[in-house]
Amino acid sequence: MLSFALRRLLLAVPTLLFISLVIFLLLEASPGDPLGDVPLTVPPEVKERMREALGLGQAWYIRYVLWLKQFFWVEPLYWFDRAFGTGFSEGMQRIISFQSRSPVFDVIAERLPQTLTVVGMSYLVGVMIALPIGIISAYRQYSWFDQIGTFISMVGFSLPTFFTGVVLIIVFGIKLQWFPSIYDTTHRVTDWDSFVVQLRQMAMPVTVLALYNAAQISRFMRASMLDNLRQDYVRTARAKGLSERVVVLKHVLRNSLIPVVTVIALGLPAVFGGAIITEQVFKVNGLGQLLILAIHANDMPMVMTLTFIFAVLIVGFTLIADLLYGVLDPRIRYD
Amino acid sequence: MKLKTLMLGAAATAAMAPAAFAERGSDGQVNVIMWQAPSTMNPYLSAGTKDIIAGSVVLEPLASFTPEGEVVPRLAAEIPSVENGGISEDLKTVTWKLQPDIKWSDGTPFTAEDVAFTAEYCMSPNGGCAQLAKFEGVEKVEAVDELTVRVTFVSPRPDPFSAFVGAQSPILQKAQFQNCLGEAAPTCTQQNFNPVGTGAFVVKEFRTNDVISFAANPEYRDPAKPAFATLLMKGGGDSAAAARAVLETGEFDYAWNTQLAPDVIAGMEAAGKGKNVAAFGSLVERIHVNLTDPSPGLPEGERSTVKHPHPILTDPAVRKALSMAIDRELLTEIGYGPAGQPTCNLVPAPAAWASENTECFTQDIEGAKALLDEAGWTVGAGGVREKDGKRLTLLFQTSVNAVRQDFQALIKQWWSEIGVETELKVVDPSVFFGGDAGSPDTFQKLYADVEMYANNFEGSNPEPYLARQTCDKAPGPENQWQGENTSRYCDPEYDRLIAEMTQIVDPAERGAMGRRLNEMLTKDSNAIIPLVYRGTTSAHANSLGGVALNAWDSELWNVADWHRVK
Amino acid sequence: MTDRLLIEESAVNAPAPGAEALPPADPPPQAPARSQWRDIWRQFRNHRGAMLALVLFVAILLFVGLGPLVWTIDPGFVDIRARNQGFSAAHPLGTDQLGRDMLARLMAGGQVSLAVGLTAMAVALTLGSLIGISSGYFRRLDAPLMRLTELFLALPLLPLLLLMVTLFREPLGRAMGPAGGTFLLIVSAIGITSWMQTARILRGEVLGLKEREFILAAQSIGTPAPRMILRHVLPNVISPIVVAATLGIATAIITESALSFLGLGFPPDFPTWGRLLYDAVDQMQMYPWRVVLPGLLISLTVLSVNYIGDGLRDAMDPRIRGR
Repeated sequence: MLSFALRRLLLAVPTLLFISLVIFLLLEASPGDPLGDVPLTVPPEVKERMREALGLGQAWYIRYVLWLKQFFWVEPLYWFDRAFGTGFSEGMQRIISFQSRSPVFDVIAERLPQTLTVVGMSYLVGVMIALPIGIISAYRQYSWFDQIGTFISMVGFSLPTFFTGVVLIIVFGIKLQWFPSIYDTTHRVTDWDSFVVQLRQMAMPVTVLALYNAAQISRFMRASMLDNLRQDYVRTARAKGLSERVVVLKHVLRNSLIPVVTVIALGLPAVFGGAIITEQVFKVNGLGQLLILAIHANDMPMVMTLTFIFAVLIVGFTLIADLLYGVLDPRIRYD
Repeated sequence: MKLKTLMLGAAATAAMAPAAFAERGSDGQVNVIMWQAPSTMNPYLSAGTKDIIAGSVVLEPLASFTPEGEVVPRLAAEIPSVENGGISEDLKTVTWKLQPDIKWSDGTPFTAEDVAFTAEYCMSPNGGCAQLAKFEGVEKVEAVDELTVRVTFVSPRPDPFSAFVGAQSPILQKAQFQNCLGEAAPTCTQQNFNPVGTGAFVVKEFRTNDVISFAANPEYRDPAKPAFATLLMKGGGDSAAAARAVLETGEFDYAWNTQLAPDVIAGMEAAGKGKNVAAFGSLVERIHVNLTDPSPGLPEGERSTVKHPHPILTDPAVRKALSMAIDRELLTEIGYGPAGQPTCNLVPAPAAWASENTECFTQDIEGAKALLDEAGWTVGAGGVREKDGKRLTLLFQTSVNAVRQDFQALIKQWWSEIGVETELKVVDPSVFFGGDAGSPDTFQKLYADVEMYANNFEGSNPEPYLARQTCDKAPGPENQWQGENTSRYCDPEYDRLIAEMTQIVDPAERGAMGRRLNEMLTKDSNAIIPLVYRGTTSAHANSLGGVALNAWDSELWNVADWHRVK
Repeated sequence: MTDRLLIEESAVNAPAPGAEALPPADPPPQAPARSQWRDIWRQFRNHRGAMLALVLFVAILLFVGLGPLVWTIDPGFVDIRARNQGFSAAHPLGTDQLGRDMLARLMAGGQVSLAVGLTAMAVALTLGSLIGISSGYFRRLDAPLMRLTELFLALPLLPLLLLMVTLFREPLGRAMGPAGGTFLLIVSAIGITSWMQTARILRGEVLGLKEREFILAAQSIGTPAPRMILRHVLPNVISPIVVAATLGIATAIITESALSFLGLGFPPDFPTWGRLLYDAVDQMQMYPWRVVLPGLLISLTVLSVNYIGDGLRDAMDPRIRGR
């Protein structure tokens, strides 16, 4: 197991380098221009000068190598300096966003808290709702609980968040005035009252996203449970006189979790990626909004850095999911 | 009506300065929502309207434009003119007198050195200054003394109010930015996000593309202003959400750019919390008719170039008929409501330049049909007209935008009534306006027969705007598909008049010439079919006073005068 | 241990369900196949929810397929005097902001949405199953295929789609007409960007399955790999595939609307359910029906597919068949 994990980690390095090259080339080839936002009143000659100032005059491979150097050398040095007060990164150029001309990592650090609180919390809530619903729905298949659960999760999944979000705003933000329609990213939790304010502003975005996540995960959980409940080992376990509780929660659940773990683990990097539409609807301005704005503005350094971090997380969580398979199902061997 | 008096009143108070308001900071906080979030405070590094508006809260130019398009002094003591000696007889130098006793927000005095430095900052090579066009033709800017700046131009300038006028070219503090010249400009993140200014507010916290907190500037020249102690500028969402936050929930006081369908806005205003206001600058939604052949059968590099004239649209009768079939009043009513006016002009303002061209207001389907009949286009299979084996089928492209898609549907219908078949196409705005020479979908390439978008000019001088429709400004491979003459209009007479215009000084004569040029493009040739003269619209709460929406300058140009209505 | 093996064996010896849906490596004799399908159908008929869903799904198909033959108003016809109307005899479901008939638009939109949803889901499912099962089953393919999956998961979607549209929109449009070209482009765009989750899940399932006794038994008697996969592996991973199919349709319909919204989808005069829903969101308070109707149709489609899938899975499971 350990050697497997180590081998995979080593293999991850060339994989990630290759992924970064593909992403870079993709961004390079896709149409659009960092100066697309510049109003038409700015003449083309001025735009050309601006483009050169962004470093776009150089060939793509030079810019790619420069990005690699900045990402793997300058940035770690900078953060090392920040932590220990040293001066190794003095005079080195960090990765700079085209849009704001500020270091990409500073902006990401600024955005991370709201994304983790809102999107992360909604994922947690979603999983916590989905697992019991999936288990009960499968155990009592075609009961009223299952029917209602199926109905709600299917409706929740088939309605896009740009619609459910606006419905919530109209009902709870405008008509009832219970929750604010705009998320205040500058809000700090210092005492009970500010905590309540934070809860209120999180309520709507978390609900929308949790519903969406729960819908998906509970479907997989239910299907997987159903498959396993019909297996013969369940009958054997029951015949042995084990209590229903132990049969379902220990034997069936453990076997049913394998596909669900994949779904959950694959969803976790997406938490970091933020929720583009929901963040937009509630003005949460997290990493999702950052990424979509950067894509629209063709802010290459920002898109490149964000998607690469995303790739690292995907590779990492895939590995974790693979290791978890081994834990959940001892029959799976990696050698 | 009430709105107009309010706006005039605000403009008047701004021009005459101290009115008797309460003391500085007595009105608490004002919340502004900008659904396109500002990404920097330095307008020299980003030409986006959102960034210029954010910058204008802190940074000030020497002079501003009023909502009527007139130039009024801000940091300057007076507007230079030939009469007061500010502009030399040969029109080559402009001398600005600065107001005395103005302080930067850090307490140091504002001097002519700062103005000269600002010019150096933008004009320094490799800096990538977004407002370089404002300094075009400027030979040098020098500080004569503490309070006098002299701008020298290479050639005579009938309209010298580009550099240091308007929110696009405000004054930066030399002490803060002197190490940020040229290549160092983008690395000065701290300076670009927290510029020291002379305006009513200072930046407390800047989060790019998210939220900016401002506090009243303690050194602001009018001790009674601003009335608000703090200003919060939040970004994100879309225009509907922004309008909702002001008009329905009342969480915000001011929403920028609330461009929405008129009935949606009316429904929101019914909540009684605020109102939507509009101001008109020079923005015109128009259709550009491609006079060259965009056929995909042609080799790359020759499509949509002057080498191949358009097989159908070079017929003036067809272009005229296309224009006649459009009901501009209905388009305005459906798409923009009070924030738009039908227009037949490419240059709708200022008054001296706007031609009295209104004959296109009445839709004339029958007339258009007769015109096509006369030109030999006969109705063929499926109701589509043909002539010499060519079918009247057009590809109509525009950017993604709800109003533009409604316009496409309506125009397609009207054109089908006169026997023109239309295929519609939409392109993502960041690609459409992106100008990437490698993409086939940019508005400059115009690989379609007709396209619709809006454009305007800055300041109150339309001459450079009209000068972009000359033969050599047609996009093509030789200029990397840049240039704004997207119709590929080419008339030697037009080019000659444009060249002549640079020599003319008399405003009335310039205006007359501008009207002539405008008519050549629109009424005479129908190379450009203007549709709607669009205003900028914003929503503000009823409790927010002093708002004077301005389409010629930053919308927050008079934020110092904003106050709470009690 | 041994009795479990026996039971598993017997399950394996029963003709593999579902295998006939795919082209089998060596065609099984006709007679047993038909009787087996009849079995499945009989089981399916007893599933009340699934039957109801099937009726509903067929009704939706008829609505969008045959509806336009009965209700012949052109969905793109602008009647500006009749804009924003409520329900009436002339316009049973009212009109939109340009006076276009909502009923006609819902029918036309449904054709596009259903075609895109079903085809894109099929593409994604085929790709996902192929890659997932091969990488779970063949040890040698596992690493490269999973790295490929990671690569696709990591690619930023929007630039990828923009690139595809730039490269292929015009050539495809020229070859197949604007609607046909866009359809192919959208279906492949959605298909190749949404197979990864299915592949990952199936690989996990297959990894577990591979160690099961009946597979080992089948292997020991020398069953060739294609037959192993079709007869023994595929039938046992049918339930995650069904779930992925259900969720896939919903995602494809919504993604299509997002693509149209970004200017990457169908020309604006082709209504789709997702687009109708999106366009009406701003006017939700004034004209609630305009969002409710397309939203309802999308939800009903997804719900009915879900129940049909549930019923199919139950019907195809030999362990509960005939119970």
